[in-house]
Amino acid sequence: MTSRQLSKLAARAGFWLLVALIVVVAVFPFYYAIKTSFTPSGDLFRVELWPTRATLANYAQIFSQRSFLQAIFNSILVATSVVFIALLLGITASYALGRVRFRGRTSVLLIILGVSMFPQVAVLSGLFEVIRALNLYNNPGGLILSYTIFTLPFTVWVLTTFMRQLPLELEEAAIMDGATPWVTITKVFLPLMWPAMATTGLLAFIAAWNEFLFALTFTLTDSQRTVPVAIALLSGGSAYELPWAPIMAASVVVTVPLVVLVIIFQRRIVSGLTAGAVKG
Amino acid sequence: MASVTLDKINKVFGSTHIIKDVDLAIGEGEFVVFVGPSGCGKSTLLRLIAGLESITDGELSIGDQVVNELPPRERGVGMVFQSYALYPHMTVYENMAFGLKLAKTAKETVHERVMATARILQLEELLERKPKALSGGQRQRVAMGRAMAREPRILLFDEPLSNLDASLRVQMRNEIARLHKRLGSTMVYVTHDQVEAMTLADKIVVLNGGRVEQVGSPQELYQRPATKFVAGFIGSPTMNFLPARLLGADATGCRIGATGLTELALPQDASGHAQGAALTLGIRPEHLRLSEAQGSEGFEIVNVEYLGNEVYVYLEPKEGETLLIQRGEAPTTWRVGQRVTLAPDPEHVHLFDAGGRALSVKAARAVA
Repeated sequence: MTSRQLSKLAARAGFWLLVALIVVVAVFPFYYAIKTSFTPSGDLFRVELWPTRATLANYAQIFSQRSFLQAIFNSILVATSVVFIALLLGITASYALGRVRFRGRTSVLLIILGVSMFPQVAVLSGLFEVIRALNLYNNPGGLILSYTIFTLPFTVWVLTTFMRQLPLELEEAAIMDGATPWVTITKVFLPLMWPAMATTGLLAFIAAWNEFLFALTFTLTDSQRTVPVAIALLSGGSAYELPWAPIMAASVVVTVPLVVLVIIFQRRIVSGLTAGAVKG
Repeated sequence: MASVTLDKINKVFGSTHIIKDVDLAIGEGEFVVFVGPSGCGKSTLLRLIAGLESITDGELSIGDQVVNELPPRERGVGMVFQSYALYPHMTVYENMAFGLKLAKTAKETVHERVMATARILQLEELLERKPKALSGGQRQRVAMGRAMAREPRILLFDEPLSNLDASLRVQMRNEIARLHKRLGSTMVYVTHDQVEAMTLADKIVVLNGGRVEQVGSPQELYQRPATKFVAGFIGSPTMNFLPARLLGADATGCRIGATGLTELALPQDASGHAQGAALTLGIRPEHLRLSEAQGSEGFEIVNVEYLGNEVYVYLEPKEGETLLIQRGEAPTTWRVGQRVTLAPDPEHVHLFDAGGRALSVKAARAVA
């Protein structure tokens, strides 16, 4: 073996070692969370890479709590509503912003972008008053409203960019065929915008599913909470015990749907996110 | 089938005046072609008729109905777009049926009309395909089918062949001509290609800078262009223009002098112009005859192009930069560097005044 071949081999080994290192750093926390979820409470503080006495007791425990099941239901309700409303408003807004020429269009787009830059905390108290005034406190409606407000700017921007790429003549052809704007959107544009809709919809879903601050602030009772808050407020046997294992089990349970969704839509996400990059 | 009447149509976009006082009458069943250089407003004019743009001023009627305020679907017009603009997610059948379904046509009628249209355009085999599985020519036919399926009163074409390659363009041009004979419907066609205009049109409308330069049959436009612009735009290779002076006018016509040419007696009526007035003499390449010059007189041949069936001879002009072109039969004995004199055929000489308007031929000697 010549020295040249050797150095080539070494470079290769070094490359894969680096890859392995990155993968371990990125994946280990998740792996440890999953591992913990299968560990009996007594073994929690024994550091080991593989649960020696695996158990499903933690899962059984969280699923036996009615409030956790209710929280999952609330999360599904809130997240799907947010996705649905955000896409509906986003697609109609993007038609207006991407297709209709009117004075102040650019300013509207910039304002939308600007609004999305505020940190959540900055609007928390104001939003709280709005939700109280609308009588939506401690109600999934309040969460749907607040999440939609924070999701819309992104949805509108992505969809507007995508809408602008659709050829103008397509819309004119639809007009010649006698289509109203609504028919043009639903029958002509929507079928062509699925990749963008899947991307923005999924990201909106994830954001709504994982949101914590608003969910904590705008709900009061167990029956109205969403999953992130429910997990954080899981209580152990005494006030001095943090039930780590059930918390991990609950986290795994609520993350699985997201992973499944991402896997289903992953090709669309990629094509949707790069849609603006190259013409085609 | 319907007539279209444009009465003092104007279109203003912001501060640009795109269409200026266009008057035009399109008869029932006529094939009218709008032609002109890019930016002349021909597409805008078509879109005004379609209803895709609003008319700033003037009156547009289809049949005897004023349609200024009607949306496209109520005007009874169908349009074929330059990029076809087929709905990519629908099959050929669905593309053609879309407009009919939106018009709430009965299901059987939709099927009947789509099948009838598909038969005319030979699309029956392709009805279940999506646009991306079609060739350029097939897409073009589907685009026409979609416009035709609703049986519009007028069919509009916006540069429909410009995306096709040359041989397919000739083929589709023929198909469109045959389609017009078969359907007999009123068609308005926009192109920048004067060959398409000449071959397809019953009536050509030449537009320039938002104004109508001339309206007429292909023969009229070719033989009696009303302006220097039309003369230069129609015909390939283009008409030769030479600066000329009016030497005198009388009852039968006028006498013209131009550098490099002998004095010409022409049938044009120049009575409105002063003696010595600057005119432009126009002559088509095929109406020039060359004869060998003596010594240094005449024009020098700078290039000879052999095209198989004919020969273009390029001459160095006395004034200006545009080469003069003579079109003759092949083969030829003319060689680069030879000097020749020109003998224009007076019957085919055009005269234009300083404003570019053609001088009319005196009735007695007018070409029949």
